[in-house]
Amino acid sequence: MKKYISFFRLRFSMELQYRAAALAGVATQFFWGAMEILMFRAFYRTNPGAFPMTLQATCAYVWLQQAFLALFVTWVLENEIFDSILNGNIAYELCRPVNIYNMWFSRNLAMRISGAVLRCIPILLFAAFLPAPYGLMAPAGLTNFFLFFLTLLLGVGVTVAFCMLVYMLCFFTISPMGLRIVTVSMVEFLSGGIIPLPFLPDGVKQIIELLPFASMQNVPLRIYSGDLTGGGTLRALLLQVFWLCILVAAGKILDALAMKKVTVQGG
Amino acid sequence: MKLYGKFFMIHLKSIMQYKTSFLLSCLGQFLVSFNLFLGIYFMFRRFSQVEGFTYSEVLLCCGITLLEFSLAEAFARGFDTFGSIVSRGEFDRILVRPRNEIFQVLGSRIELSRIGRVLQAIVMFIYGIRASHIHWTLTKAAAVALMLLGGAVVFSGFFVIYASICFFTIEGLEFMNIFTDGAREYGKYPVSIYGKKVLQLCTFVIPYALIQYYPLLYLLDTGEAYYALLPLAACLFMLPCLVLWKIGVRHYVSSGS
Amino acid sequence: MITMQDVCKTYKVSKRDAGFSSAFKALFHKEYELIHALDGVSFTIRDGEMVGYIGPNGAGKSSTIKILSGILTPEEGTCLIDGLTPWKNRIEHVKNIGVVFGQRTQLWWDVPVLDSFELLKEIYRIDAHAYRRNLEQLTDMLGLSGLLQTPTRQLSLGQRMRCEIAASLLHDPKILFLDEPTIGLDAVSKLAVRDFILRLNAEKKTTVILTTHDMQDIEALTSRIILIGRGHILLDGNLTDIKEGFASTDEGLASFYQSHNL
Repeated sequence: MKKYISFFRLRFSMELQYRAAALAGVATQFFWGAMEILMFRAFYRTNPGAFPMTLQATCAYVWLQQAFLALFVTWVLENEIFDSILNGNIAYELCRPVNIYNMWFSRNLAMRISGAVLRCIPILLFAAFLPAPYGLMAPAGLTNFFLFFLTLLLGVGVTVAFCMLVYMLCFFTISPMGLRIVTVSMVEFLSGGIIPLPFLPDGVKQIIELLPFASMQNVPLRIYSGDLTGGGTLRALLLQVFWLCILVAAGKILDALAMKKVTVQGG
Repeated sequence: MKLYGKFFMIHLKSIMQYKTSFLLSCLGQFLVSFNLFLGIYFMFRRFSQVEGFTYSEVLLCCGITLLEFSLAEAFARGFDTFGSIVSRGEFDRILVRPRNEIFQVLGSRIELSRIGRVLQAIVMFIYGIRASHIHWTLTKAAAVALMLLGGAVVFSGFFVIYASICFFTIEGLEFMNIFTDGAREYGKYPVSIYGKKVLQLCTFVIPYALIQYYPLLYLLDTGEAYYALLPLAACLFMLPCLVLWKIGVRHYVSSGS
Repeated sequence: MITMQDVCKTYKVSKRDAGFSSAFKALFHKEYELIHALDGVSFTIRDGEMVGYIGPNGAGKSSTIKILSGILTPEEGTCLIDGLTPWKNRIEHVKNIGVVFGQRTQLWWDVPVLDSFELLKEIYRIDAHAYRRNLEQLTDMLGLSGLLQTPTRQLSLGQRMRCEIAASLLHDPKILFLDEPTIGLDAVSKLAVRDFILRLNAEKKTTVILTTHDMQDIEALTSRIILIGRGHILLDGNLTDIKEGFASTDEGLASFYQSHNL
C-alpha cells in the first residue's frame, strides 16, 4: 500500500510543477462547459417540452463533467504503458516485485485523481457562482451528495478497470493503436461524454444504460442533480459494482494469460 | 510552389513507409468526428430544429466547419506542432536555410491522415446540401469555396498565434485549444445559437462568424448578398497573426532559447 | 574572411529552486539571473583556414556558432562574414554556409537519403548541373554510393553522419560549421569523417570551424585552436601551446582548464 501512496505523491507534486498547464486546463474546461451549456440552452429555448432533464440538472451535469474530466476521459491512456508493451521494456517491469495489474491500476488511478483534484476546485467554485439555472446548483440533498461521492469513486474504478482491459489486450494484438482508437471514441459516446445519456431516444437509451460505459460518469453526474432517484439510483449503483467486479476479474484473467505469454515467448 | 511539391512528395513517401499506422490514424480521425455527428444526430432525434435551423442545415454547417478546420490542420500542421519543432532545435535548422521561415514550417509537417475527417466532412456536407433544398447556383458554389478558403486561413491564423507564443513559453498553451479544437467542436452549430453575445464576439473580435454563420445565411437565402464575401474579410485576420510571428522570430533570434 | 569584434551575449535565466514552497513563490514572483555567455569575444578567421573551437560545456561555444550562422543576435559587438552581418542579412548569409549539428539530423527520417538531398536542392535553389556535379563528388569522397537509396532510419550512426555532412555541402558553401561531428562514432567512421574534412579543406579551400570535445579530432584536423571559457577567449594559438610538457593533449587541456578554474 505504501508504494502506491508514494507513487500518488510523486504524481501530485508533478502536477503542481506544471501549474501553468493546470491553469490553462481549467480555462479550457470552463470555456468548454460554457459553450456546452449555451448549446443546450438553444435547444431548450426552441422546445422545452422535449427536454428529458431539467435545464438546471443538465447544467450541473455539464459543470461536473468538466470539473472531473480527468477522472473519466479515456483518451489519457498512458503512452508509456503502450510503448513498454510494444518495445519489450515490459521485461523490466516484470523484474520488480509487484503485480503488473495492481501497479498499473493504482498508477492510472493516481494519475486521474491527481489530475482532477487540482482542476476541479476552481471550476466548481466558478460554476457555483453563476446564476441559476446556468450554474452548478447545490446537490439535491445530503443523501444525494453522499451517493454522488460513492458513485463517483465507483465510476472512476470502472473507468480504470476498463482502461486496464485495453492495456492487457495490447499483449494480444499486433496493433494496439487501432484498438485504442476504436475503444476511445466508442467509450466517449456510450458513457455520455458527448451528450448525456437521457437525451438518447428510448430503446437505444435503455440498452446503453446497461453497458459498463454507463457506469462511468453517467451515474454520479446524474445523481448529484437529482435526475436519478430512488430505485433508479439503487439499480445504477448495483450495476456499477457488478461491472467493476466483472471488469477487474476479466482484467486479472487477461493479466495472467499475458504474463504466461510474455514469459513463454520472451515478450 | 515547386518546393512545396517536393515537401509534399516527401511526406507522401514517409507515409507509405507506415501504411497501417496511416490507415489507423485516418480511421481515428473519422471516428472522432463521427462522435460529433452522433451528437447532432441524437439531438435532432429529439428536437426538430434549433433556433430556426433544421437538421440538414446544421449538418451542412458542421460539414463546412469541419472541412475548413481539416484543411488548415492538414497544411498548417507545422505550426500546430511547433512546440516540438522548437524544443527539438529544428527551428535552428530552418534558420540556417536561405528560405522564408513560414514556408519552411508549412512544409515541415503535412498531415495527410486528416483525410479521415475530410471524408466525414464531405459526407455531411453532401447530405446537408441534398436535404436542405438549397437552390444551387454558380455564385453559391463560389461562396462555399470562399468559406473554405477563409476558414482555412482563420484556423491557420490561430495555429500561427500558437506557434508564435511557443517562442516565449511552452507552458500552459493548452488554452489555445479553445480557439482551434473548441471552434471546430462548437462550430458544428451556426454561431448564432450560442446567443447574441457569442455572435458579436465571433463577428468583431475573432472572425468565426464570418466564415460560418453569415455565409451560411447567404446559402440558405436568408442573408444579404454581401455575406458571401465576408470570408474574404476574415482572411485579414492573418495579418496580425503574421506580425506576432515576426515578433516571435525576433525574440527567438535575440534570446536563442 | 570572418571577423568578430567584442561580441557580447547575455541570457536571462529564471531561477527556480526545488521544493514546494519555492514553487509556490515562483507563481507570483520570478527571479532572474543574468548569464554572460559571451563577454567581449573577438577573433579573425581567414578564408580556407581550419579552426578548432573548444572549451568546456557551457563556455559559449554554441552561442558563438549560433551567432556566426545568423540564428542568434548578440547585444554588442560586430561580426562580418564576407562583408555580411549574419543576423542582419541572414537569408543572404546562410546561402554561403553549411552547418552540421552532430546531435541532430536534417535528413528526413523515413525516406531515402537521396530524397532529402533533392529537397535541399530545391531549398537552396541549386541548379541541376552544379547539383549533379557536387553530388557525384561528395558520393565519391564520402563513399555514399550504397547509402543514397536507403531510408535514413536504417543507416548506422556513422553512415548517417557522412550523409549529414554531404547534405550540408550540396550547395557548395564557402564556410562549414561542424558542431561535434564525430560524437558517438566508431573508430572507422571517425577516421573517414576526419579524412574527408581534410580533403575538403585542401581541395575546395572551404573554411572549416569545428567544435568538439574530442582532442583527437583537433590533433588530426586543425593547427589553430581558439579556446573559450566563461565567455572569454582564453587562448588563440596552436596545439603545442596546450600540449607542451604533457603526455597527451587531453591532459594538457585538463590542466589548462584547472588553471583557469573552469
